[in-house]
Amino acid sequence: MIEVRDLHKSFGSVQAVDGVSFTAADGQITGLLGPNGAGKTTTLRMLYTLMHPDRGQVLVDGVDAAREPLQVRRSLGVLPDARGLYKRLTARENIGYFAALHGLTPTQAEARIDVLVNTLDMQEFAGRRTEGFSQGQRLKTAIARALVHEPRNIVLDEPTNGLDVLATRNLRQFLRQLRGQGHCVLLSTHIMQEVAALCDRVVIIARGRVVAEGTPQQLREQAGAEQLEEAFMRLIGSDAGELV
Amino acid sequence: MNGTAIVWIKELRESLRDRRVLINAFLLGPLLGPLIFLLLMRVVVDRELQRAQQSLPVVVIGAEYAPNLLQALGQSGLQVLPPVDNPEQAVRSQRVDLVLRIAPSFAESWRAGEPAQVDLIYDASRREVGARAQRLHGMLDSYSRRIAAMRMVSRGLSPTLQAPLLISERDQATAQSRGAVLFGVLPYMLVLTAFLGGIFLAIDATAGERERQSLEPLLVNPVPRWQVLAGKLLASATFSFSSVCLSLLAFALAGALLPTERMGVAIDLGPRFVFIVLPVMVPLVLLIAILQTLVAAFARSYREAQTHLGLLQLIPMIPSALLAFLPFKQQLWMYAVPLLSQQLAIMRLLRGEPVTLLQALLSMVSTLLAALLAFQLARRLYDSEQLAVSA
Repeated sequence: MIEVRDLHKSFGSVQAVDGVSFTAADGQITGLLGPNGAGKTTTLRMLYTLMHPDRGQVLVDGVDAAREPLQVRRSLGVLPDARGLYKRLTARENIGYFAALHGLTPTQAEARIDVLVNTLDMQEFAGRRTEGFSQGQRLKTAIARALVHEPRNIVLDEPTNGLDVLATRNLRQFLRQLRGQGHCVLLSTHIMQEVAALCDRVVIIARGRVVAEGTPQQLREQAGAEQLEEAFMRLIGSDAGELV
Repeated sequence: MNGTAIVWIKELRESLRDRRVLINAFLLGPLLGPLIFLLLMRVVVDRELQRAQQSLPVVVIGAEYAPNLLQALGQSGLQVLPPVDNPEQAVRSQRVDLVLRIAPSFAESWRAGEPAQVDLIYDASRREVGARAQRLHGMLDSYSRRIAAMRMVSRGLSPTLQAPLLISERDQATAQSRGAVLFGVLPYMLVLTAFLGGIFLAIDATAGERERQSLEPLLVNPVPRWQVLAGKLLASATFSFSSVCLSLLAFALAGALLPTERMGVAIDLGPRFVFIVLPVMVPLVLLIAILQTLVAAFARSYREAQTHLGLLQLIPMIPSALLAFLPFKQQLWMYAVPLLSQQLAIMRLLRGEPVTLLQALLSMVSTLLAALLAFQLARRLYDSEQLAVSA
């Protein structure tokens, strides 16, 4: 479970995150929805301890991220916006590197990588160096790398960015599978269909604030709109930014 | 396993697969210097040795006025070339290099016991001609002294009158210290090798990881950032140190291949040299790795980092240049200056002088302290938020 309480973060004079609070529960997929520049990535970065909030608190399974950053990182599987691989290492070696950094023994790591390679359908390319991988192959490797230590909580920043239809479908399938296993899944996106197709709960962020929160159904009702997109537009206000 | 060790091993493994890193660390860095040095030295030495034995071709004008002189010069290796018209013009236009002109009045002056005139016509601004003119001058000089002595004897005077001063040069240079002059580039080469050996890894630790978007995922792992940094520094230092070892080996080989005994120099690049130089270089290698990482961390991209590091590379030239052009006396405090102390110690060893334990310790401790300080700086930089975030 991930709890975010009243997070603030500014860069110079720009208030990127201005009091964001929400909770992402276990066994649910929570979507952080907002236009580009709304503060989603910054919020997530504070959540996975890459940045320090100016104010506010992050609790992951009840552990304070500011006090115990290493323990919080251990219970988080993170797919950041930046997901570069080491091109001279094979996919397996890329995953194994992170496994070692998480403290897995080589035997544990190998076993775990076998499972992930099977689940994510990576058999064909797992032994190859990652130079020249397709977007889908890269993403699978990056996801396997993020989940190699079997984290309870999974955070994904714009996970379907740059994926084709088939790869997107597969990823959604995989995320549902994680939800089924009782994981807490938190993802950010600016794509409406993603939220409608995937999320149990939606947190809408605009201009660094939470403007609405609830199930997709609740949001539609709250805004008095048939379609989620329309509800989204009404909730964030039309001047909040450009939608892709 | 500790985070530092994991990062270190991964960086080594990855770099060993990078041809560019391998060529730089194990080929260009350590071998190019000794190779160029070897070739250059061979050319210089061969030319020196040949020059002493070779005949000296000189255009002679007025040979008929001084047959005895020419015969004597011929014994010393002078080879007479046919005369040319307007020798000054010929020398200026570089048609001929060196002209000996004997004045028509030579024989007359000679018989009268007056100074007989000979002209040397050459262009001193041409290096190789200058040396030959000097040789001819020397030949004429010695002939002149010989004749003077004979004349004095024939007039019943002691030839020693001619030499109120007896100058005897007693050069205290040993064969080894002459060798040190020859191998004077070696300290700088070794330091430069340390710079080149780990440069790609140093850039990769920050600018490189950021550019290929792998720094953020890396830093989300439950390992303190300083351990990640330390692992990367160690990897860079490992490569740099391997480069230095190879370079020492190459120089030892170069020393063995040069005809040093014919040149009258001795050079000891054997085990004793290596066993003192290596420990002295270890702290420097660490310091360099950290400095490079520090500098590279400020760069926005890989390319920019390379530019910055090119400038950093010029720093070790400062003590080298000082040592080469300002022949100051070595003092103990100089061994407390990183970069300078290593070059001083290597220079001493090359000259066949011992490096005291105090000097070696001072050099190692001061450089280690500097490395520690630089590491704290680098650590602080690595901990900053901006570093982690991909541009």
